[in-house]
Amino acid sequence: MTDNVHTGSIPDERPPANTVGPVAWLRNNLFNTWYNALLTILIAWLLVKAIPPLLDWLIFSANSFGTPPQVCRQQGGACWTFVSEKLRFVMFGTFPYDEQWRPLVTIVIIIALVLMSCDRRFWKPWLGLMWVGGLTAVGVLMWGGVLGLTYVENTLWGGLPLTLMLSVIGLSVAFPASILLALGRRSQLPAIRVMSVTYIELIRGVPLISLLFMASVMFPLFLPTGVNFDKLLRAQIAFIMFAAAYMAEAIRGGLQAIPKGQYEAADALGLNYWQAMRKIILPQALAISIPPLVNTFISFFKDTSLVIIIGLYDLLGTAKAALSDPAWRGFYREAYLFIGVIYWVFCYSMSKYSQKLERDLRRGHRR
Amino acid sequence: MASETRDTARPSAPGGVSFSLSDPTVRAVFYQILVVGIVVAVGWFLIHNTLDNLSKRSIATGFGFLEREASFGIGESLIDYHPRDSYGRAFLVGVLNTLKVSIIGVVLATVLGTLIGVARLSSNWLIAKLASGYVEIVRNIPPLLQLFFWYALVSESMPPVRQALNPIPGVFLSQRGLFVPVPSADPVWGQMGFALAIAVIVVIFLRRWAKTRQERTGQPFPIGSATLGLLIGLPLIAYIAGGAPTALDVPKLQGFNFVGGVVVTPEFFAILVGLVVYTAAFIAEVVRSGILAVNWGQTEASRALGLDSGRTLRLVVLPQALRVIVPPLTSQYLNLTKNSSLALAIGYPDLVSIANTTLNQTGQAIEGVAMIMGTYLVISLGISIFMNWYNKRIALVER
Repeated sequence: MTDNVHTGSIPDERPPANTVGPVAWLRNNLFNTWYNALLTILIAWLLVKAIPPLLDWLIFSANSFGTPPQVCRQQGGACWTFVSEKLRFVMFGTFPYDEQWRPLVTIVIIIALVLMSCDRRFWKPWLGLMWVGGLTAVGVLMWGGVLGLTYVENTLWGGLPLTLMLSVIGLSVAFPASILLALGRRSQLPAIRVMSVTYIELIRGVPLISLLFMASVMFPLFLPTGVNFDKLLRAQIAFIMFAAAYMAEAIRGGLQAIPKGQYEAADALGLNYWQAMRKIILPQALAISIPPLVNTFISFFKDTSLVIIIGLYDLLGTAKAALSDPAWRGFYREAYLFIGVIYWVFCYSMSKYSQKLERDLRRGHRR
Repeated sequence: MASETRDTARPSAPGGVSFSLSDPTVRAVFYQILVVGIVVAVGWFLIHNTLDNLSKRSIATGFGFLEREASFGIGESLIDYHPRDSYGRAFLVGVLNTLKVSIIGVVLATVLGTLIGVARLSSNWLIAKLASGYVEIVRNIPPLLQLFFWYALVSESMPPVRQALNPIPGVFLSQRGLFVPVPSADPVWGQMGFALAIAVIVVIFLRRWAKTRQERTGQPFPIGSATLGLLIGLPLIAYIAGGAPTALDVPKLQGFNFVGGVVVTPEFFAILVGLVVYTAAFIAEVVRSGILAVNWGQTEASRALGLDSGRTLRLVVLPQALRVIVPPLTSQYLNLTKNSSLALAIGYPDLVSIANTTLNQTGQAIEGVAMIMGTYLVISLGISIFMNWYNKRIALVER
């Protein structure tokens, strides 16, 4: 029996390795295995090689505002004069120079409306009225012709206001249409279901460019002789058709997540189809669909840049037009970096918002 | 939706048939006829206007123009094409170019996306942060902007043809693209292809035999190395037996451009890199979520059964992760294919670009747009069918 008993003294164990402090952090996160150590060293070496020249170009040997392009070309570093020189053209396009406060206010109004809509405390019926009022103000500002504002043709619109208007108006018109399409796809009436499915799958199966082509070359043929839409409106219609199909699929996901008991409960209360949808099903389904809807918004916002193909000057279009100025050829890095940052800020904040909303909504479900 | 099925037990009005709108069946039929009627009326209105407009502008409808001479040149083509060829052949060139960039793009984007998705889950802080930085930056910038950037990078930052960079002997990099030497034509390449085909057939039978043998006797067969050996070995034998030709078709500067070798044009480079970089960011997220979806207990259970880490990954984790990955991956493939239409903006002759030239030259707007849409629908459908088949193959088989 005593054989099983250890009698000698056990040597002291080594103290546990540090688990706090920078050294422990390095060991746990960068050098935990031999291949990770190797990779860390390799990547650190690459970064050391890549970052200084990049910073040098961006900041240290960049030419300050006001340096003429010829000097920039010789110096090598980034030429931020391009941005300061072309800023108003890139942002507002060919809008009359003295009136460019109007598109600026438009940008502010649209961003304010979007920010307000992001806060759940403002999700009240009057928010819709704010949108109607805000968009009316945007129309008045951009077109003018009333209140002492000079009239500006919409062929002169361009830059960021055009990008924002295409997205915001496109999404707000497509949203109700997409709800109808999603309901149609889930409908028990075969004719309506078949038509909704055909529309959604047809639009989702073709690239947006082909829809824009359709808008620019086929819409004029569709209309009675003498009636004509301008190019901007045709592009807007194509965007609405496109967005409605994609948003309908996001909403369908929400509709499918609603348990059958909810439909039956609505029936048991004696509500008719539209009452049941409006009061019981859609409020729940739309709440579930918000994160995928915001993802649709993001890709839609990025897709507005395609209008350049049918000859409209959105933010990307104006940047490209600014680059075609012979005096400023070749500064594409500065131009694309500048508008890339603008696009990125919009899209990244939308995606962060969508993640936050997803967390909030999940919390709601858990409770 | 359920309200239509309500009240079905209500007795119909005395005297037989009732046409009251409170009868759900009548109402359903009525609404459907109403909606179909509206759609047909709008459609008829549009078609009527279109025919009216077409006859006023005296544009002939139909696809007869496809037979006519195209008389425009195309920068790059997989088949022989000459401006004297028909519009139909030009369109075929466009379709092949679209397929070329889509197929290569899908393969490369899958590889890059998987690497980045795995890297984002790495225990190495630096790698994980770099990968997530890549995803967050690339996903949030419009693909068209990225394409313009890549295209400008090649066409404006590369030296002109006469001062072409020559990093490796025979390889030239200039504004006109990347020129790479290729082995000169020789019958041995055909024989190697034949050998490869034989190797594939042998491998299929060998795998079947190895599987039945393992099921019968429990003896595993080293199928992985056998497959690799056959696929590389047989073509290699054919190559050596054919005299192992080493002659290269090296690009040479002639006049204003290089002749010979294979060229990667700036347009193709820009559209390919743009699509791959953009789509890889999305595929990385798909892969990451797929791997995260497999419970850690699965890995532990597999290790407890005595499978090594390679087999754990191959036999336990991957099959389960793929079930989550494949459906969203399919839609990314579809997106890449549809985004390849952005090629139009940088001048790569894809099908949209060629259809656009065609419809501008002929005025056949409706046919042109219909051909673009039809082709994309067919391609989309093809990818969907293939991926659904693959998805069914890897789906969980439940008792």
